[in-house]
Amino acid sequence: MKTYLKTTINGEDKELLCEPRQSLLDVLRDELELTGTKEGCNNGNCGACNIMLDGRLVNSCMVLALEAQGKQVETIEGVADTEGLHPLQEVFLEEAALQCGICTPGFILSAKSLLEKNPNPTEDDVRLWLAGNLCRCTGYDKIVRAVLESAKRLSESPQSEVAS
Amino acid sequence: MSGSNNGNSQNGNGYRIIGSRPVRHDGVDKVTGRALYGADLRLSDCLHGKVLRSPHAHARILSIDTSEALASPGVKAVITSADYPETESKIIDLGEGPAILKDLRANLLADGKVLYKGHPIAAVAATDPFLAREATKKIKVEYEVLKPVLHINDAMAEGSPLLHEDLHTDSLGKKSDKPSNVAKHLRFEIGDIDKGFAEADEIFEREFDTAMVHQGYIEPHNATALWNADGHLTIWSSTQGAFSVRAQTAGILNIPESSIKAVPMEIGGGFGGKIPVYLEPIAAMLSKETGKAVKMTMDRDEVFESTGPTPGSVIKVKIGVKKNGKITAADASLAYEAGAFQGSPVNCGMMCIFAPYDIEHVRVDGYDVLVNKPKTAAYRAPGATNASMASETVIDEIARWASLDPIELRKLNAAKEGTVRADGLAYPRIGYVETLEACESHEHYKAPKEGSFRGRGVASGFWFNCGFKSSVTVSVEKDGTVRLIEGSTDIGGTRTSLAMQLAEILGIEAEDVRPMVVDTDSVGYTDITGGSRVTFATGLAVIEAGKKVQQEMARRAAQLWEVDASDVEVELDVYRSKSDSSKSITFKELAGSLDETGGALSEQASVSPQGVGGGFGTHIVDVEVDPDTGKVQVLRYTAAQDVGKAIHPSYVEGQIQGGAVQGIGWAIYEGYHYNEDGHMTNANFLDYRMPTTLDLPMIDTILVEVPNPGHPFGVRGVGEVPIVPPCAALANAIYDAIGIRLRELPMNSTRVLKALLKEKGALPQGVEA
Amino acid sequence: MDAFDYFAPDNLSEALTLLATPNKTSRPLAGGTDLIVQLRETGLKCDQVIDLKNLAELTQFQSEGGKGWTIGAAVPCSEIYENAEFASQYPGIIDAASLIGGIQIQNRASFGGNLCNASPAADAIPALIAHSVTCQVASKSGTREVNVEDFCQSPGKTVLSEGEILVSLKLPATPKRFGAAYQRFIPRNEMDIAVAGAGSSVVLSEDGKTIESLRVGLGAVAPTPLLVQEISDKLKGKEVDSATFEQAAEIARSYANPISDTRGEDWQRVHLAGVLTQRTLQIACERAQAAL
Repeated sequence: MKTYLKTTINGEDKELLCEPRQSLLDVLRDELELTGTKEGCNNGNCGACNIMLDGRLVNSCMVLALEAQGKQVETIEGVADTEGLHPLQEVFLEEAALQCGICTPGFILSAKSLLEKNPNPTEDDVRLWLAGNLCRCTGYDKIVRAVLESAKRLSESPQSEVAS
Repeated sequence: MSGSNNGNSQNGNGYRIIGSRPVRHDGVDKVTGRALYGADLRLSDCLHGKVLRSPHAHARILSIDTSEALASPGVKAVITSADYPETESKIIDLGEGPAILKDLRANLLADGKVLYKGHPIAAVAATDPFLAREATKKIKVEYEVLKPVLHINDAMAEGSPLLHEDLHTDSLGKKSDKPSNVAKHLRFEIGDIDKGFAEADEIFEREFDTAMVHQGYIEPHNATALWNADGHLTIWSSTQGAFSVRAQTAGILNIPESSIKAVPMEIGGGFGGKIPVYLEPIAAMLSKETGKAVKMTMDRDEVFESTGPTPGSVIKVKIGVKKNGKITAADASLAYEAGAFQGSPVNCGMMCIFAPYDIEHVRVDGYDVLVNKPKTAAYRAPGATNASMASETVIDEIARWASLDPIELRKLNAAKEGTVRADGLAYPRIGYVETLEACESHEHYKAPKEGSFRGRGVASGFWFNCGFKSSVTVSVEKDGTVRLIEGSTDIGGTRTSLAMQLAEILGIEAEDVRPMVVDTDSVGYTDITGGSRVTFATGLAVIEAGKKVQQEMARRAAQLWEVDASDVEVELDVYRSKSDSSKSITFKELAGSLDETGGALSEQASVSPQGVGGGFGTHIVDVEVDPDTGKVQVLRYTAAQDVGKAIHPSYVEGQIQGGAVQGIGWAIYEGYHYNEDGHMTNANFLDYRMPTTLDLPMIDTILVEVPNPGHPFGVRGVGEVPIVPPCAALANAIYDAIGIRLRELPMNSTRVLKALLKEKGALPQGVEA
Repeated sequence: MDAFDYFAPDNLSEALTLLATPNKTSRPLAGGTDLIVQLRETGLKCDQVIDLKNLAELTQFQSEGGKGWTIGAAVPCSEIYENAEFASQYPGIIDAASLIGGIQIQNRASFGGNLCNASPAADAIPALIAHSVTCQVASKSGTREVNVEDFCQSPGKTVLSEGEILVSLKLPATPKRFGAAYQRFIPRNEMDIAVAGAGSSVVLSEDGKTIESLRVGLGAVAPTPLLVQEISDKLKGKEVDSATFEQAAEIARSYANPISDTRGEDWQRVHLAGVLTQRTLQIACERAQAAL
């Protein structure tokens, strides 16, 4: 039985009908056509589908869509704003922190949630926080460096910080 | 956005663009989630397909009843191998080796027998993915379950159950009388192997056993097909080669290649695993049956169980050596799992196993062995990592025996220009010794080793790289930017490495080139993205087309100035008249005058280059072993590689780092785990353990640049070499840490702990050593 | 995944009524990190999923003013370890909460869910055993308390009968000179399921040299997480030294009766049970001594 869902995605209210068995990932991609959130494993082990749910990082494949009822959802589509890319996105490009790019939206969401909690992470902090995001292309070196560099850049110019 | 640091300045390497680090052209799309991968495609009125897969590793199919599934809600079609059109069996070129069409078909939809758990049996198209999945469960299949063959040694044993009753061994060109699970026995030989061993002071003979591993790309396979009423078939998929999708699908469905348009979507990793088709022909058949577009995506367990991993292997190595460390002879036998159908990369392993060394007497035997596991596919330097694990750990043993530093021993025996490899090829200019020297003088190698249960290991590796065919079209826009149309799917930044080569040729900026990967209707024939070939081979096509553009631009300038074309000279982006120094025009200005000089300017080039530059790498790794748990932690890692010429150094470093880390995973974590029924018990990212951020240090890279004479900028393939050395480097480091040689992969904590306990005599009773 | 209905009641009594709906199988949902995987992949069938995250009793997390703490069964791990006051008192629990899954799993996964999933390898349970936690269970017919070491009965099965749910965990106040730790062995450094796990707690003598009392819980070495009572009985009063830790390890090994599976072998799990008992006891003692 389809059920009514009202949720806020990247600041915009969305109303739709969905099946209780649809995950938030299914609904984002298949109902709302927000395909920036990727599916890698569909069981919480790769982080490609990471999003923010009420300010907390979650695997959207491990959330039933109806659990987002009345909640705030942030996806990769909401990371850049009209001013341009988020510093993390800029630095990922400059530091070549992606190859095939399928894991990149998940990494950016994870990294963003880290920097919101801990603006000055050490390399170990970054590695611990990102351990739930698999990347098979890069060996993580440039990703970790990009997150550290973004942290530096964000703390040097707080005005450029994108509000969470 | 800042970040492009190329500008007009020289790089200090004689080039303007080559060697700089511009932001990749597809970058913004990828960091914002806008890039469209295969699963992101949305077509109107599209059905969803799902495959029914075998629950058995080896069984005869007695009957298939699809009637209940067909009657199930939302279901529009169900197909089995009985729905295949008639075809004759032939060999078709996948772009990275031939494939037997009959096997391709039987792998896509089982015909009579299922040969591995996960083998597709039927497929359903329905109005929604849940309904399609539910319907597959309603297909009734009767099986006669057979005993699975799961290990090479069992498969080769007398009396083993046979996967294919009609398969006879092709042994050095002769067919065996009796059917067998061994499809091929190959041999390379140079010199006189007995003479070589007779000259040796000591002979090292060792045996290795490695597990099957998967490429582990994060994006599952996908395909969408629309078989239009006009008979034209369009396929969208995430693939390493759109033309290969077209050729395989056409072969399987027995339709002309020209009736298919294959559209390459963005691809979320491949590493060789996205060369074969798994879904495309099935989606096409379902589309034909229903008259609608059909989209299919795999689940992660389907990716593990049903797409091509790289083989497990049993390798025997025998090396003879003089007291001074000089190798006199090397002999190896490599048996590789082909999976359910023949065609393992054992021949590649045979080429690579002793490739770093100049050895007079060499013999290498290879066996292509069928087992009830998925048909193997290419994985980054296919076959070479297994081989290197064996040879490079024996080399380490020899160095210790000869009391030589392992790099010294390698230098003493290193292959150089002119060295003849086991398969008979003489090397052109190669940079192996340079990677050894780079490691030897690197701070990592000189750093003292401190702490107990810590060790350092070194290993080298080789991959020959590929050429194949590539086509590009370059056209000039009126604003002076340039469109680069190519058919090489971009897995890791090749749009940019190609655009940079074009920019270098034309004297413009990398950002002024707009590279586009297009469908098979829109560009000339281009082989797969594989064999580390794109920056090299498609690069050569780009250079050729760029030069044609430059010539034509010069002709246009001549036309503008009403001089002879031979009067125009070009420096960077400036075209000048030799006879009248007042006449000069930039590329950009000239582009603005195209309309007055004959209209659009577009040039095409298709290449099939020789002159591929093989690549060598040498890696250093420090590990720490927890003596109580057997856990191996990588502390420090440095990888040196002869990259020929790094076009975009960041992405070259990235290839090396990514390859090394895949190798680290292969060495200590990864491996298909089967139960006795032949069911993979770790078909997910939780238990198929790929390295995470927390398992790794930074991966230092040393880019050694010994230019490949076969490419104007010196490009060598770089993507595959770095996965070759890590397993052996880790094994050597573990030996250095705990004094135990491990000869099985993965060297996971269970194995290391077992080895430690055995060494202490503390292995509990009843535990198999 | 088969179709099901979804309810998110906002009071406990409604939730209990829904859970007891006749002729329907119901599954309570907290963080979903086990349930959703099981629904999707193992063919687990249920007619209705009852989301418990709108229930105050299930989401409470508070100090009981000197009498310990209460953690609602649906409180996610990250909320637990982010509470500094709590963290200073329950180090073994913090160890466990910090290593379950990655950050994104910790933001969803709850201790209640970990208990109700009843995996032998559950990370939270040995730590909860070490901390002498009690489970508060409710049904339409009333409430009851169950000691955490008695909560799981076999893999996937708990003491909960139909219509009962785990509401919260009652954590006793930690005594003076208390220390605890949880460790597990996994092949990688994150994201794996425990091959073996051990949670230990100690109360030391005033001089910090003697163990007055101790508890050791083991994970992944038996059909359910185990309290090794023999360690508590035999080693109380012993000195804080490596001989005591080794004795504890030996007892732990003797209670380990694991299986071999894709994650580890039986002999390995037995061995690791000893190693982890030793290591966690030592850390627990060090933590207790640091608080002297």
